[in-house]
Amino acid sequence: MAQIVIKNLKKTFGDFNAVRESSFTIEDGEFFMLLGPSGCGKTTTLRMIAGLELPTSGEIFLDGEEISQRPPSQRDIAFVFQMFALYPHMNVRRNMSYPLVSQGMPRAQVKAKIAEVAHILGIEDILDRPVGGLSGGDRQRVALGRAIVREPKAFMMDEPLGALDAEFREHMAEELRALHDRMGATTVYVTHDQLEAMQMGDKIVVMNNAVVEQFGTPQEIYDKPATMFVADFIGSPPMNFLPFKASLAPGASQVDLNGTQTAIPALRQGGAGQLVFGVRPEHIQLDDAAAYRGRILATEYLGTTQIITLDTANGQVKARVSAAHPAKVDETVGLSFKSETVTIFDQTSGHALRSALNDGSQIHG
Amino acid sequence: MSSYTVTAPSSRQKWFAGTMVVIYALVTMIPLVWIMITGFKSPADAISYPPKVVFEPTLEGYVNLFTTRTRQTEEFLNANPPQNWADEIVRKYDMVIVGQSKFGERFMNSVIIGFGSTFLSIFLGTLAAYAFSRFKIPLADDLLFFILSTRMMPPIAVAIPIFLMYRNLGLSDTHLGMILLYTAVNISLAVWLLKGFIDEIPREYEEAALIDGYTRFQAFYKVVLPQAATGIASTAIFCLIFAWNEYAFAVLLTSATAQTAPPFIPTIIGVGGLDWPAVAAGATIFLLPVMIFTILLRKHLLRGITFGAVRK
Repeated sequence: MAQIVIKNLKKTFGDFNAVRESSFTIEDGEFFMLLGPSGCGKTTTLRMIAGLELPTSGEIFLDGEEISQRPPSQRDIAFVFQMFALYPHMNVRRNMSYPLVSQGMPRAQVKAKIAEVAHILGIEDILDRPVGGLSGGDRQRVALGRAIVREPKAFMMDEPLGALDAEFREHMAEELRALHDRMGATTVYVTHDQLEAMQMGDKIVVMNNAVVEQFGTPQEIYDKPATMFVADFIGSPPMNFLPFKASLAPGASQVDLNGTQTAIPALRQGGAGQLVFGVRPEHIQLDDAAAYRGRILATEYLGTTQIITLDTANGQVKARVSAAHPAKVDETVGLSFKSETVTIFDQTSGHALRSALNDGSQIHG
Repeated sequence: MSSYTVTAPSSRQKWFAGTMVVIYALVTMIPLVWIMITGFKSPADAISYPPKVVFEPTLEGYVNLFTTRTRQTEEFLNANPPQNWADEIVRKYDMVIVGQSKFGERFMNSVIIGFGSTFLSIFLGTLAAYAFSRFKIPLADDLLFFILSTRMMPPIAVAIPIFLMYRNLGLSDTHLGMILLYTAVNISLAVWLLKGFIDEIPREYEEAALIDGYTRFQAFYKVVLPQAATGIASTAIFCLIFAWNEYAFAVLLTSATAQTAPPFIPTIIGVGGLDWPAVAAGATIFLLPVMIFTILLRKHLLRGITFGAVRK
């Protein structure tokens, strides 16, 4: 089990920058999520940690040892591929024993180890089956088994649930998380699914366009987004952005939204020009007394809550309110914002202005 | 109306398709069957008109194929009773067997050269195809095109330079020379076919093996090769068929030591008249190895031809 430190990691393919100067630390035993849209460099980062790609520059420390230029076989890291990559010409048992055989482990010991891991994963009854006929879930378990048997220092997982159907994915996600908690092994997990990342991760790195946008716990990332990209990428529906023009000094604790003075967390950093008022849908309340008005365009009923789309002077916003709240299309209602949750962004740079809300959280990019 | 699907053929369509396949098979099989039958006819039956379908089978053709014979006087024949069944057959024509023909030797030459060049083509072709498929090679596309361009004219077009080159290098009429020649012709086919097959094998398998603690080369032969078996088998069949049947270079470059069966078989005609049963027997035996090889790899060959089309 190990700590992984990534320092100024960079990868270019010809003229294309796949990963630009990324740095973050994965603590021992963490379930660590690399999250981002496709092509953002998250898989390349994972492959560099595993040794399937060599970085152009930068360092990777595994338990204090610099490993960035070593072949994968000398890193003691296991990898679970999206398409499982089970050796099709071998049965389940041989697939799982393959990494042990390469270490020259005696046969009896291999057998005992396979039996133990098969028991943990509940796949004892399929050990002698060929991998071709297995269901998606069983393939996934075998792939995990092949990773676990070696007891590596860390696990790399490249969208391991991506190939499963939606119904089964939920179940496997729970199983994976339970397995991680039981083994306590450092796990780096790549996904483009923000829900999966929030649900399973201890920490999340959000990447976009080859750079790390933000690094933190799911709560930090959700509540205190460092950039507009993160705020938009995380959460469904995403954070509302209400653009406005202003010049704010450090210490400012309210902004003028189309004539309505609206409270915000006290700014630690000033900003001027095109700014954006960011608020999550669940932090908007329909309040007839509120001065800020909006016209209801649509409502979506979701059982316990409903999503209400409103047209305001600063553009469309979505509010998540109780399903019991009466709302009619074309009605004009007042909107109040939970002021302590608001983030102000600079629209040009996309970065959040530092404030009482997000001061101290880790911001990159 | 009974239920039907767009893709599944009806029983009438199946019956029609089956009949067509059988007719086609019969048409293509007739010459082959005719050669095999002729091998068991007597010389007189072989050239009788109208052709005989029902005849008394004899091993004359095979005996003539494998032996050399001389005509003898009646006194000599009476003084020396037949040594064995084969001798007895040739006595009908007042002949005795005096030794073996060169057919066995020529056939072995074909085996050595055919399988040798197939093995070498596949060995080099697989390594080259793997490299082209997996590594970033400068000018890879140009190199592949260059390799393919060696097939853009009939090989025999370069017969004269090769003839002169082989004479100077001492490769004329040697097994090694013929193996190298057929390998040179087959390698482009092997590289291109095998590259296609290896491209289809997901890289993740090798990456998994690398992660599992194997070297690049171990990953290649333990994981990639078994996956490529289908492609290797079908490529091997194509290479063998070319090397086995090649006639022009064999005539040109081989004579006493390394002559293969194809240029030898027609020479049988010259020995004691038009001995068609012996020629047919030679052709039949000559067909066997490729047939056996193809039947053994049949399963792979069929999968190989549809490879890529059915993979999801």
